[in-house]
Amino acid sequence: MSNNGELVGEFFMNGDTACAEGAISAGCRFFAGYPITPATEIAERMSRRLPVVNGTYIQMEDEIASMCAILGASWAGLKAMTATSGPGFSLMMENLGLGIMLETPCVIVNIQRAGPSTGLPTLVGQQDMMQARWGSHGSYEIIALSPASPQQMFDLTIRAFNLSEKFRVPVLLMSDEVVGHMSEKVVIPEIGAEELVFRKLPKNSRDSYLPYQTDGTLIPPMAIAGEGYRFHVTGLTHDERGYPVMNARAQNRLVTRMVDKIRLNSESIIMLEDHLLDDAEIVVCAYGITARIAKFAVNLARQEGIKAGFMQLITVWPFPERHIRMLASRVKAFIVPEINRGQMVYEVERCVAGRAITLSVPHSGGDVHRPEVILSAIKECHARQ
Amino acid sequence: MPDSDREIYERSTARYLRQDRLPHIWCAGCGIGPALNCFLRAIDRAELDADRVMVISGIGCSGRAAGYVKLDSFHTTHGRAIPFATGLKLANPRLTTVVFSGDGDLVAIGGNHLIHAARRNIDMTVICINNFNYGMTGGQVGPTAPLDIRTATTPYGNFEPAFNLPWLLQASGASYIARWTVLHLHELELSIAEAMRKPGFAFIEVISPCPTVYGRMNKEPEGLDSLRNYIKRSIIKNGADTRDTAIDKDGPIIVGKFLDIQQPTIHDYLSLMKDKAQKQVKK
Repeated sequence: MSNNGELVGEFFMNGDTACAEGAISAGCRFFAGYPITPATEIAERMSRRLPVVNGTYIQMEDEIASMCAILGASWAGLKAMTATSGPGFSLMMENLGLGIMLETPCVIVNIQRAGPSTGLPTLVGQQDMMQARWGSHGSYEIIALSPASPQQMFDLTIRAFNLSEKFRVPVLLMSDEVVGHMSEKVVIPEIGAEELVFRKLPKNSRDSYLPYQTDGTLIPPMAIAGEGYRFHVTGLTHDERGYPVMNARAQNRLVTRMVDKIRLNSESIIMLEDHLLDDAEIVVCAYGITARIAKFAVNLARQEGIKAGFMQLITVWPFPERHIRMLASRVKAFIVPEINRGQMVYEVERCVAGRAITLSVPHSGGDVHRPEVILSAIKECHARQ
Repeated sequence: MPDSDREIYERSTARYLRQDRLPHIWCAGCGIGPALNCFLRAIDRAELDADRVMVISGIGCSGRAAGYVKLDSFHTTHGRAIPFATGLKLANPRLTTVVFSGDGDLVAIGGNHLIHAARRNIDMTVICINNFNYGMTGGQVGPTAPLDIRTATTPYGNFEPAFNLPWLLQASGASYIARWTVLHLHELELSIAEAMRKPGFAFIEVISPCPTVYGRMNKEPEGLDSLRNYIKRSIIKNGADTRDTAIDKDGPIIVGKFLDIQQPTIHDYLSLMKDKAQKQVKK
């Protein structure tokens, strides 16, 4: 352990623990949460670790309160996080929208389990992917990342904080029960090896600061509460001063800017991992734990002489439209296995736009796909004329 | 030493009212404005550093208060001002956090957060404007509305028993509890100042007229009618047993400072725990 309490070295840890350590390494110093399987280990780790690094852990009375508390903490100048699973994620949706509207950096982790409702609390699902995109009311863009290993839980938690601070948005880490609970080697680099981003602070004098005045980047500098800026922020539609303005023009101006700050920067946000894509005729596109099984199935197909390739959506939102469109013009088929009855496959299908076969390999949850199921989908596409 | 009342009055509105946001949305005869003025004056009376005074509101007429103060101010979602303020305060304990909102926001949709904040004895002042109904949406019944009261959704009279807020808050663990009507402006101002200086959870209930909707349906169509009613019905009883402070349709309205006790706050316990954690890890 380093002097300031951050871990450095090689560890054998589960994904939830790696997520908590990623947060500590990213500079997160506030965590508010509520116990829920299979995300509880993140809260437990944070409750043990945050007091040591002079941070604050609090167990709130529910997930609504947890979400609100991290927004408040973020405005007080701390990097803040919460972690939950399906039912808690549903409860967070309204105030996720408040975070978007106030342009508040924070990270929300969802260790997905199978639903609907209480569903299978201890067993895997990937069923909140569209909720991640559209779950809060209103028109907005969101950033969501999906790790496939404990190492990625660590790395992508840091990336989630960096993106949230850079773009002044809540960022979602859409993991799943298997990745959260599996234990593997996690390498935690030296302090300073990872670039850490902190929100842009205002350069104006305290009197001239306007909380939503941009400086040409679409992302307004953010003041820290209690430092004399005397700013007002509201969940109502507002102008540069943060004052409510109730008309279509102000609405269009605000919503367009908030959407554009993600859309126009999507190339720098999107991360993909590919394998054997160069000559692939059939692309298996997956995320989270399913990505690892998909990769295995692609290798099996190659052994049988089928030109299959693999793509992991590390960034699920914004969706990598351009990448899918480019591939669609030269491959025969996309196969999308996911632990739901079809969610991200609709995005793939939209971008493919009829130029290739799009095949869903659904799974209702409770365990993961068997590689043979994905392999047989590859063979089915291979056999089609 | 605090300045004279008049000086405080003139200075506070000039300094702490966001005058470029005026006129405000509140109706003539509404009690929220006078209560907000009491809060603004209390900042100087309590000799606080206004840069560190945070105002957090929820949704509703009273929730608009955050938008009219020239302080760091947060207009959040319905019922969630308290958990938002909890995050602010825990992240920076040097802030003075004041939640200014209404009875529906704080006690109905936000009721769970209210009792948990009191239980934690977090250092926070909650000013609850109680006008017994949802004014912004047109006067529907609220969780503090007395039995038999008429509202937009209780046309035959309210059939739900009401919360007795001081008793609820005392049972939940608050350190400071007071109730005034907007007739008792001086007492209210002093109470808010005292509450903001007090470590721990402070709750101030402000009985307030809503002539436009509640009043119209309950024979108090002008704000003044409600004030006359308060003159008739309110009884100052500092230290009253909070079991006796329930408000019914026509009975007395007990007002005063009901509770003012010293007890450790969550911040005291948190720093003890952090010390312990840091010592344990060093070993």
